Amino acid sequence: MNIKNLITSAATILSLSAFSALAEPALIYDLGGKFDKSFNEMAFSGAERWKADTGGSYREIELSSEAQREQALRRFAENGNNPIVMAGFAFSTVLGEVAKDYPDTRFAVIDGYVPDQSNVLNIGFTEHTGSYLVGMMAAMKSETGTVGFIGGMDIPIISRFGCGYVQGVKAVNPDAKVIYNMTGTTPSAWNDPVKGGELTKAQVSQGADVVYHAAGGTGVGVLQAAADAGILGIGVDSNQNYMHPGSVLTSMVKRVDTGVYDSFKAGADLAGGFATLSLANGGISYAMDEHNVSLVTKAMVDAVEEAKAHIISGELKVHDYMSDNGCPVK
Amino acid sequence: MEFLVLIQVLDSALRLAVPLLFCSLAGLFSERAGIFDIGLEGKILIAAFFAAATASVSGSVWVGLFFGISASMLFSLLHGLASITFRGNQLISGVAINFLAAGLTVLIGQSWFKLGGRTPSLSGNARFSEITLPFADNVSNVPIIGPIYSELLSGHTALAYLAILMVPISWYILFRTRFGLRLRAVGENPAAVDTAGISVIQLRYLAVIICGLLCGLAGAYLATGLAAGFVKDMSAGRGFIALAALIFAKWRPWHILSATLLFGLLEAISNRFQNIEILGIILPTQLMQALPYILTVIILAGFVGKATPPLAGGVPYIKE
Repeated sequence: MNIKNLITSAATILSLSAFSALAEPALIYDLGGKFDKSFNEMAFSGAERWKADTGGSYREIELSSEAQREQALRRFAENGNNPIVMAGFAFSTVLGEVAKDYPDTRFAVIDGYVPDQSNVLNIGFTEHTGSYLVGMMAAMKSETGTVGFIGGMDIPIISRFGCGYVQGVKAVNPDAKVIYNMTGTTPSAWNDPVKGGELTKAQVSQGADVVYHAAGGTGVGVLQAAADAGILGIGVDSNQNYMHPGSVLTSMVKRVDTGVYDSFKAGADLAGGFATLSLANGGISYAMDEHNVSLVTKAMVDAVEEAKAHIISGELKVHDYMSDNGCPVK
Repeated sequence: MEFLVLIQVLDSALRLAVPLLFCSLAGLFSERAGIFDIGLEGKILIAAFFAAATASVSGSVWVGLFFGISASMLFSLLHGLASITFRGNQLISGVAINFLAAGLTVLIGQSWFKLGGRTPSLSGNARFSEITLPFADNVSNVPIIGPIYSELLSGHTALAYLAILMVPISWYILFRTRFGLRLRAVGENPAAVDTAGISVIQLRYLAVIICGLLCGLAGAYLATGLAAGFVKDMSAGRGFIALAALIFAKWRPWHILSATLLFGLLEAISNRFQNIEILGIILPTQLMQALPYILTVIILAGFVGKATPPLAGGVPYIKE
């Protein structure tokens, strides 16, 4: 083999590998970790579903610290991965900077908000509407007229869950009392099941008999304490009904997997802007399965389905906390 | 505030104080012997993980307790090896232990259970059950004393009662036995102890082993007593709060009891009431969460008495 041949074949290999890298999408998980039985794991299952359907391959990375966000993002972009999907609101700031430097790369960020970049797709969920529906169920199921909400870290998107829930509760029973707690103000609030359990016990001692959590790993402690105390919990993000069968009333399911799947499928043609996954397109729902079928009556399902139809048609407006950083009901 | 609410808050305070108490006492033994221990947090975490993991596999909480304590002791020995035998920097060794624990728990947990570093939820005999003290049900109707006995004092797990019991035991060991005298001396003036013909190295190793044992109890209580399983980083800074309590208590066992109960109470209050109104001023819950640290800074700054750590603390002993 002469030198010229060698160079040509090397160039072919290089261009081939560059091409295959270009076609490969990438996924970055947030700090909670890939197998959190919730948000990130749903993102992972969406990517796996895409892999199974198309036979393609994708790159992924789990972050272990805040400082890695930008680093991971730039590495994938430099590598030619396209599109790059991120799971988590915390990517917004970093992405705002990075997206400018790679105008030909397509980005999608779940829960994020990067409005001014034409190559960024912001995938949002109408968590307030799903929370409204489970709030209705909580109020219908409650015998004491007192229900609870436990959020994770005190950030606006969690208040969106809480505010929607309170509105749902009050819609069924205007006199109902909602005990409202946030676990903390630092990221450790996502991983403190002991504190979650204590908050639940405190709510139970104040009369709460249904408790809804939007608290990641802390929620494991919430559902556990609820099951121990003989009251009902409500799961979040993925279907958590199976965790304590008979003690989890329902789960507010957020189809993060659909967001990842659709972005991967669009590939390099992914359009920027905003995409909303809502009740209407199945991106948000409440979970019904064999674990909670005995807890939910027909009347409850009928009422919730009616409200759902009204929300979709626009007859019923659920206030979104993030539209004005405030909640009309307490 | 209603009386019953007060009882419930105190009950919660007691539960939350127990891991801090174990952990503070652990730090007490270590630091009194002259070994600073920043790694309390990491030891709780590794103990919590092994307690939950082995309890879930074996179905017995006692097996979990044994392995939790063993893991924590192993980490203590590692700290001892670095800081006593190799005379390394104790703070750096402690920080290393925290990182090691945070990484190892998730890594082992993931390869073991495939649940993302989480252990399966524990139930039945794999958890510590609450102990009802004798006659608790009978006296619950007696005013004042009834609820105090049946709600506040009764209904905790075995480890919680052990934690309270450890306070007088620690006090007795440290201040009324020959071993305790030597242990304290080794933290103040190791050369004098060495001159008396007693091994400084041996005493300091014993101290870190006791520290490991107590941290193990704290971790096991977190994962198999309060919660029902391990979640990554579930210690959530309790090791550092315990360290703060230790300084707040000026390295004395009975004061540790009151300091940890105070810190537990602050957390319980912030759990129960999101905002507290005192004299028309609304105190946000974040203030309550920060109070343990603020109080410790105040103590350290010397506003309320003086906190003097053991003289030879942090200094490796080199025999001349």
